[in-house]
Amino acid sequence: MAPYESGTDTEAAERAAAARGRKKAARYAVPVVVLGLAAATIGLVPALADSGDPDLPELSAQELIEKIAASDTQRLSGTVKISTDLGLPDLGGLAGGMASPRGEQGEGGAADPKSRLTELASGTHTLRVAADGPEKQRLSILDDAAEYSLIHNGDEVWAYDSASDEAFHATEDGKHGDGGGAEHRGGLPKDVPATPGEFAKEVLKASEETTSVTAEGTMQVAGRDAYKLVVKPKGEGSTVGAVTFAVDAKTGTPLKATLTPAGGGAAVVEAGYTKVDFGKPAASLFDYRPAKGTKVTEAEDAAKEARGKDVPRGPGKQPGAGDLAAPEILGEGWSSIARFEVPGGQGLPDAGSGDLPPEAASLLDAFGDKVKGDFGTGRVFSTRLVNALITDDGTVYAGAVTKDALVKAAESAK
Amino acid sequence: MSRAEAPAAGTAPGRAPARRRPGGLLRSELLTTFRRWRTLALLGVLAAVPVLFGIAVKVETADGGSLGGGGGGGEEAGPAFISQVTNNGLFLVFTALAATLPFFLPMAVGVIAGDALAGEANAGTLRYLLVAPAGRTRLLLTKYATTLVFCLAATLVVALSALAVGAALFPMGELTTISGTRIGFGEGLERALLIALVVAASLVGVAAIGLFLSTLTSSGIAAMATTVGLLITVQILDQIPQLHAVQPYFFSHYWLSFADLMREPVYWDEITRNLGLQAVYAAVFGSAAWARFTTKDITA
Repeated sequence: MAPYESGTDTEAAERAAAARGRKKAARYAVPVVVLGLAAATIGLVPALADSGDPDLPELSAQELIEKIAASDTQRLSGTVKISTDLGLPDLGGLAGGMASPRGEQGEGGAADPKSRLTELASGTHTLRVAADGPEKQRLSILDDAAEYSLIHNGDEVWAYDSASDEAFHATEDGKHGDGGGAEHRGGLPKDVPATPGEFAKEVLKASEETTSVTAEGTMQVAGRDAYKLVVKPKGEGSTVGAVTFAVDAKTGTPLKATLTPAGGGAAVVEAGYTKVDFGKPAASLFDYRPAKGTKVTEAEDAAKEARGKDVPRGPGKQPGAGDLAAPEILGEGWSSIARFEVPGGQGLPDAGSGDLPPEAASLLDAFGDKVKGDFGTGRVFSTRLVNALITDDGTVYAGAVTKDALVKAAESAK
Repeated sequence: MSRAEAPAAGTAPGRAPARRRPGGLLRSELLTTFRRWRTLALLGVLAAVPVLFGIAVKVETADGGSLGGGGGGGEEAGPAFISQVTNNGLFLVFTALAATLPFFLPMAVGVIAGDALAGEANAGTLRYLLVAPAGRTRLLLTKYATTLVFCLAATLVVALSALAVGAALFPMGELTTISGTRIGFGEGLERALLIALVVAASLVGVAAIGLFLSTLTSSGIAAMATTVGLLITVQILDQIPQLHAVQPYFFSHYWLSFADLMREPVYWDEITRNLGLQAVYAAVFGSAAWARFTTKDITA
């Protein structure tokens, strides 16, 4: 009996072990399933939420542009995401670290709008905008645990940088006074199209002869139905492929702008609302008063200080941006090219000239392609949107055009 | 450790006997955890951080100078919000939380979570806990709940200590949000409480990882060290730009998003992402801990 019994024992033990193994495997499947569900949710929900293009009555391009022009959205608040990819290395952190360390800041202090808004030229940023009529607007750049706000209320403009707890103040009355800080006033510098609306106006300014404008279907932006307006350069030579706008179907407010390069690939600039609300924003948003400890820089003081600094620098003047003659514009529309001389009338040193150690020269070669033409030789520096040709005699041709167009322009200019 | 030396009388030596009503086990666990010298020392260190910050800021600005204008600037200016502390003591709460969240808080949580089961196994008391008719799943849930209570307690200790120091050394009152708008002191306090809750919730993921690691080993030190090591590794990987595609899935990636509660209006996107991520970590590692703990052979 004993052997028989021990036999069942072994079998039972084996069966029990197998059952335990199965149970174990089943339990370990739970975390795997949970992980799978989470991954599927993350992957699928945005795809499912994208419910396709909305059905809207058809509009022609002309009607759409009129809709934009007729739109008088006075009140609005929302979140804007702007990403810029010029194909340059991301200098955001580097430039930010070098250009505005709070220790040796520029004349306007850490809250100077001029230095802060250039940050937007690279990388991805989240902005918040709010507007309540022409008198009250604000724009803020969201940083990690900090925010930079520009607040325009009546005739006062405030800029507040929460990271350094510094503020910058200007009044509209001072606008007509002279001084280097003139571009500070009135809020945003004009060349930074921060909202899709401004961006749209900038682009629509371009002459109609050189541009094709078409209405191409619909899309959804920030949960709102929108028409798609595609603006394309007509002529050859431009590196701009197309600029696409999403225009809100109800209000005619541009909600998104995308600039794609002719060479294909991801958008160079994309700015659009991720959230938008056409209700009245809270009045407190436009009401900035510096707290007791906040360091405030007045625009006029900053301008004075800047002038004071410039005077002793006079004799040993460095060639800088200020010495550049105003650029001459060749061509018009999309394929216009700016032409100007490098101060000193010299181009970049060449490997053969002995001005540069060979390592530095080869580095330059790595950045720019050498080209030859009737104008002599030069180098072309490229980004995904803008190309620049610097000839050996120190002339610069730059524009959002192809290399060939630059060379042609340089040849015909000679 | 002390429990191992305690006389082995009764079901679970050295701990309050687990009563057979719901919550009894949890209460005895909480008492055991919060009576431990180790826990009290961790909380003491956490309470000291805001004191140090408060005194440092006070000394630095004693001559009337502003903090930002002095030496450092930019990224070196210290944790978030520190430049506003002199204006309003309430900001010390945010500064202290921003300073302790990357390391001190999760390390403390890692210690408690890593020790939860491995420590019992190490001390030889896990068997006794399982002899009591609680069941492994319930014991695991109780251990996790205890760890979560510790997360909240640790965060509140930092916040309250900072509030006390801030009130003692700096003016309080109406405060300026980082968007430049003003909110009253009462609303500021409300936001501070909300921030403390969000910070505590940010630690849920680490707690789950620590508990899972704690089921893998019977050495409390090993589980704690692995949890803290993992924490440091993830924090370093989160700084490497080339990894930005996977960084949004790191449990620490959105930790500092609690600062978005100080914007006007509050920017919820990253806060919700953070909370969702923590929930996923809790679910995945919690269920992994459950699978391991309910099927493993308890030998100690």
